[in-house]
Amino acid sequence: MNTATMNVSSLLIASVLVIISMGFSYFQKLKLEKETLIGVIRAIVQLTAVGYVLNFIFGLENPLFTTMLVLFMLYNAAYNASKRGKNIRNGLLISFVSIGGGTAVTLSILVIAGAIKYEPYQIVPISGMIISNAMVAIGLCYKQLISDFKNKRDEVETKLSLGADILPSSIELIRDSIKTGMLPTIDSMKTLGIVSLPGTMTGLILAGTPPLEAIKFQIMVTFMLLSTTSIAAFSACYLAYKGFFNERKQLR
Amino acid sequence: MNILKFKNISYRDGDNIILDNISFEVNAGDFISIVGPSGSGKSTLLKLCSHLKSPTLGTILFNGEDISKSSPSSLRKDIAYCFQTPYLFGDTVSDNLSFPYSIRDRKVDMERINYLLSIFNIDKDFFNKTIINLSGGEKQRVALIRTLLFEPKIILLDEVTSALDVDNTLTVENVIRDLNNTGLTILWVTHNPEQSKKHANKILTLENGKISSLEVIK
Repeated sequence: MNTATMNVSSLLIASVLVIISMGFSYFQKLKLEKETLIGVIRAIVQLTAVGYVLNFIFGLENPLFTTMLVLFMLYNAAYNASKRGKNIRNGLLISFVSIGGGTAVTLSILVIAGAIKYEPYQIVPISGMIISNAMVAIGLCYKQLISDFKNKRDEVETKLSLGADILPSSIELIRDSIKTGMLPTIDSMKTLGIVSLPGTMTGLILAGTPPLEAIKFQIMVTFMLLSTTSIAAFSACYLAYKGFFNERKQLR
Repeated sequence: MNILKFKNISYRDGDNIILDNISFEVNAGDFISIVGPSGSGKSTLLKLCSHLKSPTLGTILFNGEDISKSSPSSLRKDIAYCFQTPYLFGDTVSDNLSFPYSIRDRKVDMERINYLLSIFNIDKDFFNKTIINLSGGEKQRVALIRTLLFEPKIILLDEVTSALDVDNTLTVENVIRDLNNTGLTILWVTHNPEQSKKHANKILTLENGKISSLEVIK
């Protein structure tokens, strides 16, 4: 396989693309020039720093460091997802367990199946992909759950008043929230190759991998995103709904 | 013998005092009309009975047992609550009438359902109707049937006839009266003075969260 390289002067010429965007902003008086410049500088600094960190960790080839980096990513994802669900009780813990569970199951299956190795250069980028996908999914789940428990209070109270436990009283809301979390992943899966040329495949092809080989990786990525999203969404909703009730099975 | 007892019940919602130190007893077989101006705490009183809310202070006893210590789900099966605005869930009438069976892991008893449909003057084919096509009055009767499927010991009715026409109001009143005659205890919140006196043996009047009178009329 050819390793893709890019020299710095090519990258500098490519930065003209940023100037085009800022030019539009200036002539259209969008006042986005400062924001764009800050965004571009941050992207360069952050990506360069991550590049050095990854270079260091890939060089160590130590499973402990790899696991610690995955845990760090997990914590950050859980923190971000819990901010989406401010009314979710124990949101940080639930998010960590849900994203962590989904990631652990998916990575285990992939490693056992021999699709990937527990090597940092494979585990770190794959974890990044599935963790961020699960984070977005459970953020959507929380948003839907909070909105449903606000807007469908009558439905839940009616079912409680008939003597139903809290799970049968909330099951429709839970299902609705899991669906909301999973739909973007399912929708993007349906349009793979038609609307979007996915990142993994594009990256591999750019790096010189034959398209048919790149597709195999993309199919694996699609499966793992689906699995992690469904596990994370399912766990998060089933753990979070209980927080909307007190110990006397009354809505808070 | 009393089936339900309120002992020094107060309920606050933030700084608002909704119910203030209320005490009264309900005997088995009582038909109590609860009256009073809007905001006097009538609906809150019913929600406390069915344990959808807990009092801020005081104790409620059901058959001598403190309801805050009993299982909320089994208590709500004994003390059924019919809301002022009926909420029908799912898509069809059958979704609503089969729900009480599914939460008890029981098979749907069509004989019982058809019997209740008939006493509320509803055709049998109603069972498969979609709820979107029902009128307000039909929804309320379906909601009433849903609460009566398993013969609760007390039924709490929150202005259940306010959306019904004269004929349907009469049908519901007669069904409730007949159920009371078989020993079912009724607590009925109503705004209609004539209705409050029609079948009730007691009238409980609430004002500003306090009991202003508990009148025995029969």
